[in-house]
Amino acid sequence: MSETAEELDAQETEKEFKELLTFFLAGEEYGVDILRVQEIKGWDSVTNIPNTPEYIRGVINIRGAIVPIIDMRLRFMLEKKEYDATTVVIILNVVSKGNADRVMGVVVDAVSDVYNVPINDVKASPDFGTAVDTEFVTGLATIDEKMIIVLDIDHMLNAAELAVVDKMTE
Amino acid sequence: MATILAVDDSASMRQMVSFTLKGAGYQVTEAADGQEALTKAKSQQFDLIITDVNMPVMDGITFIRNLRGEANYKFIPMLMLTTESAGDKKAEGKAAGATGWIVKPFNPDQLLNTVKKVLG
Amino acid sequence: MSIDLQQFHETFFEESFEGLDIMESGLLGLEQGDVDLENINTIFRSAHSIKGGSGTFGFSAVAEFTHDMETLLDQMRNGERQVSKSVVETLLGSVDVLRNMLNAIRDGSDIDIDSVAETTVAIKAILGLENTVSAVENSTEVTAKGWIVHFKPFTDIMKTGNDTVRLIRELNSLADKAEVTINNDSLPALSDIEPEDCYQSWVINLIGGDISEDDIHEVFSWVDDDCELQIEALANEADYIGPERRDDERRQKAPERRNTERRTTKSSESSSIRVNISKVDELINMVGELVITQSMLSRFGDQEDFTPATIERLKDGLAQLESHTRELQESVMRVRMMPISFAFQRFPRLVHDLSTTFEKKIELIVTGEGTELDKTVLEKIGDPLVHLVRNSLDHGIESPADRVQAGKSETGVIELSAFHQGGNIVIQIKDDGAGLNKDKILSKAKEKGLVSQDERMPDEQVYDLIFRPGFSTADVVSDVSGRGVGMDVVRRNIRELGGAVEVKSTPGEGSVFTIRLPLTLAILDGQLVGIGEETYILPVISIIESLQVKSENINAVAGSAEVYRLRDEYIPIVRLYQIFGIKPISTDLENGLLVVVEAEGKKIAIYVDDLLGQQQVVIKSLETNFKKIEGLSGATILGDGTVALIIDIAGLIDLYQKDMASSVVSIKGAAA
Repeated sequence: MSETAEELDAQETEKEFKELLTFFLAGEEYGVDILRVQEIKGWDSVTNIPNTPEYIRGVINIRGAIVPIIDMRLRFMLEKKEYDATTVVIILNVVSKGNADRVMGVVVDAVSDVYNVPINDVKASPDFGTAVDTEFVTGLATIDEKMIIVLDIDHMLNAAELAVVDKMTE
Repeated sequence: MATILAVDDSASMRQMVSFTLKGAGYQVTEAADGQEALTKAKSQQFDLIITDVNMPVMDGITFIRNLRGEANYKFIPMLMLTTESAGDKKAEGKAAGATGWIVKPFNPDQLLNTVKKVLG
Repeated sequence: MSIDLQQFHETFFEESFEGLDIMESGLLGLEQGDVDLENINTIFRSAHSIKGGSGTFGFSAVAEFTHDMETLLDQMRNGERQVSKSVVETLLGSVDVLRNMLNAIRDGSDIDIDSVAETTVAIKAILGLENTVSAVENSTEVTAKGWIVHFKPFTDIMKTGNDTVRLIRELNSLADKAEVTINNDSLPALSDIEPEDCYQSWVINLIGGDISEDDIHEVFSWVDDDCELQIEALANEADYIGPERRDDERRQKAPERRNTERRTTKSSESSSIRVNISKVDELINMVGELVITQSMLSRFGDQEDFTPATIERLKDGLAQLESHTRELQESVMRVRMMPISFAFQRFPRLVHDLSTTFEKKIELIVTGEGTELDKTVLEKIGDPLVHLVRNSLDHGIESPADRVQAGKSETGVIELSAFHQGGNIVIQIKDDGAGLNKDKILSKAKEKGLVSQDERMPDEQVYDLIFRPGFSTADVVSDVSGRGVGMDVVRRNIRELGGAVEVKSTPGEGSVFTIRLPLTLAILDGQLVGIGEETYILPVISIIESLQVKSENINAVAGSAEVYRLRDEYIPIVRLYQIFGIKPISTDLENGLLVVVEAEGKKIAIYVDDLLGQQQVVIKSLETNFKKIEGLSGATILGDGTVALIIDIAGLIDLYQKDMASSVVSIKGAAA
């Protein structure tokens, strides 16, 4: 890509629509900015990394890059589920302030669809106990009478144990 | 187009002189000291010599003196690159056979003007 | 046409910094009494080059500053001025100021005007100059509507390559109109003419063009001594009606210094590298071989059937491919290698300055400057080295009085050396000082809670404590050594480069710090080991031996720690599967193998289920997309596309010790 995820984002916010890739996780449908989606893979074996939380399943090789894979169910302490034919790994470009973009993958139950959502239709989320911490939720959108929980990828995948130690605090 | 031999122990100066003169269509050969310059001048005929004075191995004035002695360089213009304060260097250079000098620091345009005047 | 000079700036900076290094070592040499004319000339030329270049490229502050330095050096090389210690000190100081100026310009940051002014005053004081800006000469701007120029060159004017036609042409271009009259009175008979001599003279009338007398002198500036020149202003204006020509190009006065002093591009570490052309030729050869091998192998792509014979040839081809790839890889790595002299060269100056600060007498001996290592490692090893040398100087070497009392010579010796060993570069900093104070270190460590009160440790381990975070025995945090940068940071920085550092010391005699660094950051010889279902990689260079376990050699120590008796040593057994939380194939040591490894002077025996092959492994960072994990130095991609993790032995030892510390046991090292 010649432009960073951030630049594409900036371009995007000038438009009125947001294109989302949606996926299923424990009965809920979530959406992520399609511009951050690098690719979608089926689940394959990972190399486990010692002394990391359970939701960090390990790392895989994507064309020479070492990419960590996070299990979303385990991350948000949802019921564990056996991986099956629909289980999918979504590879995302994650922006972290002051550092280079990173590539990470998340394991979800299944992929749903791609939607063009008018920005104004993404409403602030009330604090009603979605599985995912509301601090990682950009907002809620309604598409075809379904509720889509729009996620803030950067925040979610930079938080806590996953964060690259900020050079300042080291 | 004319061929010029540019001699200076400073790489940045050589680059600048070379670039400037090549841009004007001249063919330029570089040398980093008087000895190297002498060898190159003897193996190829140049139309103009531009040389710094302070260089290791063989300085500019010695180089000019030696080259002037060559039959095919009797009348070839040879210019020294000198600093303003080095008045005695100019005289020494002339005595050694230098045609003239260009005062450092100079900018590319000054260099080109002087070269054009000399080469016609 | 205007040429952008900025493209030459980087080269100018690089060669100027090199020049400053040359000046510095030359000046240090002068101080030692090496008052050799060639040395002074070399120093002079470097200053002269910087002055010339900075003027040309528009860095006028640098040019002005360097001008006085150059004057001083010129006097010294002409014998007009004696080489004295104070002059050399001032010049050394000005080298520093110049370095800072150039760095500031290159980075686009502010020049420290105060230090520049201070040093300028010092230099001018030595020169006996008033600190005033030199007055600009007033030129006679007498213009006239016309001039008459009598030009009579001497006979040998052409012998300096000067051309009378050119001179007249130049005069002509100054004016609107020129009339040239030639005088052939002195021309001898044709048979007597020397073709190389000039016998003619000319009178040139110049009309119009607003020419000043200086302009005319300018034209003849080169041939002042080679001719007779008479210039008269035209008394009466010629009735000349013509367009007013104001050609500014004709008036070439002082060069315009419009270039800004600041540059906007940053470059702290230079992103270019000088490569010996033979290395490049080597690469070209390797690539050539590779191309041949590749085209040979590509023919197999067309093969319809594979007979045993063709398979043999294919295998041969693949073997060749492997060997050529390896050679190419080694060649390329050598391109990135530079001699360690680049890191070592700051030390003579550093030691010189610090010995003055600390009032100690120090001799610095440097060996192995030609030893090569990777450029990136080279750039990053500088700071840790400085810290270790400062440390030796500050805490290691005693004051001259103390040394004499101890029966040593007044002058302490610090040896800085580098050499290749195995796949590593080893750098040693050795001093003949007082050595590390074992008791003081141990009590400080106990005080800081780094070690338990009833700890009994062999000496090597006590010395190693200085690398623990939170440790510093300096009673007063000296400005030089204890600036919040401790030995733990030194060790961390060295580990980040994939290396290790350890110390050995003898009380009263001195200490030796040994740094080991891999020759390349990118590739590792790896030993694949199986732990449970997983494959890990151990750096071959850290492996001492691998062995099958004999249960009679296993000893338990105070609870959970186990040691293995290997000949006359007891080596701690590290059950990697426990530390990494992996399910092993077997927990019975006798079913697996022990791999004895060493890092930073410590040995452990890692229990693995299986030893798999050895291979060269490309190191990939975990931190790019994830983060640093303790005990791991990175990851790699195996032939089958899966990821394998590379173990950082020193980190693993730390992990093990932490693990064990919670069970209050210490590692016993080499002592039986």
